[in-house]
Amino acid sequence: MSAIQRQKYSDPTQSKPGLLGQLANFFDDRTGYRALVHETLYERVPGGARWRYVWGSTLVFAFMTQLITGLVLWSSYSAGAQSAWESVYFIQHEMAGGWLLRGIHHVMAQAMVVLLALHLMQVVIDGAYRAPREVNFWLGLVLMMLVLGMALTGYLLPWDQKGYWATRVATNLAGLVPVLGPSIQQVVVGGPDYGHHTLTRFFALHAGFLPATLVLMLVVHLSLFRKHGLCARQPMVRADGMFWPDQVLKDAVACLAVMAVVLGVILMPALVAMLEGRPIVLGELGAELGAPADPSQPYAAARPEWYFLFLFQFLKVFEGWGASGEFLGAIVVPGLVMGAMFLMPIIGRWNLGHRFNIVFTLSLLAGIGLLTALALNEDYCSLWMDKASLAEADAFYRQTEGDSKKVAEVLGGDQTKIVAMQKKFAKLAAFRHSQSFLAAAAAAEVAGVRAIELASRPERIPPSGALELVRSDAKSQGPRLFAQKCASCHSHVDPALPLATEQMAESLAANLFGFGTAAWVRGLLDPVQVDGPAYFGNTAHKDDDMVNFVKNDLTDRDTWKPNDIEAVIAAMNAEAGLPEQALAEGTAALIEPGRRLIADTQRCGSCHAFRDNGTEFGSAPDLTGWGSRAWLIGLITDPTHERFYGDTNDRMPRFGQTEKESQIERIVDWLRGDWYRPRTAQQAVVVESSP
Amino acid sequence: MPAHMSKNLPATSPSTGDPLSAGDSAGGRRAFGAKALALVCGGLATLTPLAAGVWMFLDPLRRRGAVAEFLPVTKTSSIPADGVPRQFPVVADRLDAWTGFAGEPIGAVYLCRQKVSGQVQALSATCPHAGCFVEIDPVERCFRCPCHNSKFTFDGRMVAPSPSPRAMDSLECRIGKNGEVIVKWENFYTGIAGKVPRP
Repeated sequence: MSAIQRQKYSDPTQSKPGLLGQLANFFDDRTGYRALVHETLYERVPGGARWRYVWGSTLVFAFMTQLITGLVLWSSYSAGAQSAWESVYFIQHEMAGGWLLRGIHHVMAQAMVVLLALHLMQVVIDGAYRAPREVNFWLGLVLMMLVLGMALTGYLLPWDQKGYWATRVATNLAGLVPVLGPSIQQVVVGGPDYGHHTLTRFFALHAGFLPATLVLMLVVHLSLFRKHGLCARQPMVRADGMFWPDQVLKDAVACLAVMAVVLGVILMPALVAMLEGRPIVLGELGAELGAPADPSQPYAAARPEWYFLFLFQFLKVFEGWGASGEFLGAIVVPGLVMGAMFLMPIIGRWNLGHRFNIVFTLSLLAGIGLLTALALNEDYCSLWMDKASLAEADAFYRQTEGDSKKVAEVLGGDQTKIVAMQKKFAKLAAFRHSQSFLAAAAAAEVAGVRAIELASRPERIPPSGALELVRSDAKSQGPRLFAQKCASCHSHVDPALPLATEQMAESLAANLFGFGTAAWVRGLLDPVQVDGPAYFGNTAHKDDDMVNFVKNDLTDRDTWKPNDIEAVIAAMNAEAGLPEQALAEGTAALIEPGRRLIADTQRCGSCHAFRDNGTEFGSAPDLTGWGSRAWLIGLITDPTHERFYGDTNDRMPRFGQTEKESQIERIVDWLRGDWYRPRTAQQAVVVESSP
Repeated sequence: MPAHMSKNLPATSPSTGDPLSAGDSAGGRRAFGAKALALVCGGLATLTPLAAGVWMFLDPLRRRGAVAEFLPVTKTSSIPADGVPRQFPVVADRLDAWTGFAGEPIGAVYLCRQKVSGQVQALSATCPHAGCFVEIDPVERCFRCPCHNSKFTFDGRMVAPSPSPRAMDSLECRIGKNGEVIVKWENFYTGIAGKVPRP
């Protein structure tokens, strides 16, 4: 064709080509690009352009999108255990348009998996794998595995809890490959444990090895596709069309539609926020970022990305098969299925075989869909299960502790009833499983939001990484540490909650919820509550001087006027100096009189030392700085110190002997509500406007 | 090498007229030699970076995890003697390639003190199925893995039917002079029937 065009230009009746034309001729003479472009564009499409042929093109488009967004993400990503999460945080929450770029990369990856399934289905149904296109079909399968490999490796790169724990499971499965498994696992993971080299290797695979191989294969795939021509849908009723512009138009429209869906998924939450009148936070759009990966903090809601959920669920099918079950589920069956797909072009030589292939592919996709639905149902069923119908089974379960003998006994050995009850028990177990998954997922979301809050402090992230920030955060670590170290005796529950009474009754020591607040002190000085489970009721001090004092002396309205008690409350509360409390109106004036009452050696001061009232340590805890950070750290470190309970200490251990100082500090900070809070926009304005 | 080739060239070219055809035996030998040599040279050249790459890529195989060692986990007094296991972090120095961590949580164990005997049992918190952390189910009074629902009794035995290939991994455990619980910390391969420690 280039020759024809050259002729046109050399035709003496035509005017001489312009500068641009001359330049084009120069390059065409030396490269023959016109022929190449022509060959690319003017491909005959037998039977005319069709929508069903767009899937391959949309996949190429999706891959190009991933290449563009991926390269730019690469320019800001840092693979390392102390920098991966941090750099992704920066991309997502700080860099201009980072949320959009990462969102496109994340959602397009999922779109690609869907497009792969559609492309595969179209190829199998149209029989486009049959001679002479077998090799190209096999190449397509390899391309599919490469794309899935990139999806798998990409999941880890943000180094957040979700990716970390899901990938741990995935790489543990790689260890099941016979003989070489453990070595493969160790090479992929980059050592005996997960860390820097897991990230660098996964990143090299994700952004180097796999896409480079994919590009090579794609070039061969496309040139073979052109060599064989399009496998037209039979019968061809319409006239042949041209690739350009007939099919290209359809392809372009399809690509635009894919992009629109991707953008729609990214922007949907923004639209919802707008309709609900909430502010739109750009960093929250697109791909989510959980809390930084913590090898010591398991993530109970760890799940692979939705398109791998069927494999995850498939492992449960082999319950009770022992070691061979996992090997079958993770290695053998997926291997056999892939093998069967590679054999399709051979099987498809016969008409019956072709039908078999179609049925096989459709049932495979249906099976994947079913397993995915099962997995989702297991995790989310408590959202739509009827709770009321389970109440009876739940009560019965608690009564019998689920023991089959007891169940039979209570039901009078009635076999039908027993079977029915066991079915209900199974439903109950499913419900509880789903509930704990949802709780773990919700907790993970809270942890993720908190990690981002901490990372965006004005001081930003320390060189030791965001995990260090999270681990030293009182707000998120406090409850965990309290549960481990304190909750075996103390409760920490809002007394206003419905289950509070029950929880406090089970505890062995005071309820520390709101310790240091006016409300807490008011409860302590309440004759009804002081020997209740929220204070001394379950301790050795139940009948001690303090309880007597509150019950008898404090109720004497002649010596203790109601305003006196309020003053003591205000003074104690001021002593604690909690960081996040606004003083109730009028209480500031009460603090000084309250201090005098506490110090008074005829009142509180007869037992308690307070400031310079001269009362000796030993009879009751020192109230100087009561509830302050230093006071609480001192108490927890050694409650038997004469400043605190001395030898009247009940069962409280001297935690200073077993625990790190930092852990005690964290619990104290949490109890006192002393943790980093981001200034809201409004507060910030107030602070900025004040000189 | 070039000298050898230039000596041969004039001898073959005129006799065949076409130096590229391997018509006569001398040309055939020459062509074979050239082909073999080309493959060897090109192969060697390419193999060098490839071998160097593979060498380094397989480096992780040389790396060994922490040697199984006895680590103090907690004090006996911290484990309530009610037969219900409690989770404790295992703290040790950890090395991640070039980064050394001093005193980091490297895993978790469940410690359980028997009501009557007061004996302490240690179980690794890692599920032997696929490596998630098992959790305590307070209602059914058992261990449950949040990933694939493997269930174990409080003493670590499997509850059938279970996707797990074996019972939870028990760890050697002894009580020190001052009542500290010392556990021999080990990681095991998951997904296989045998309890095989990782190197």
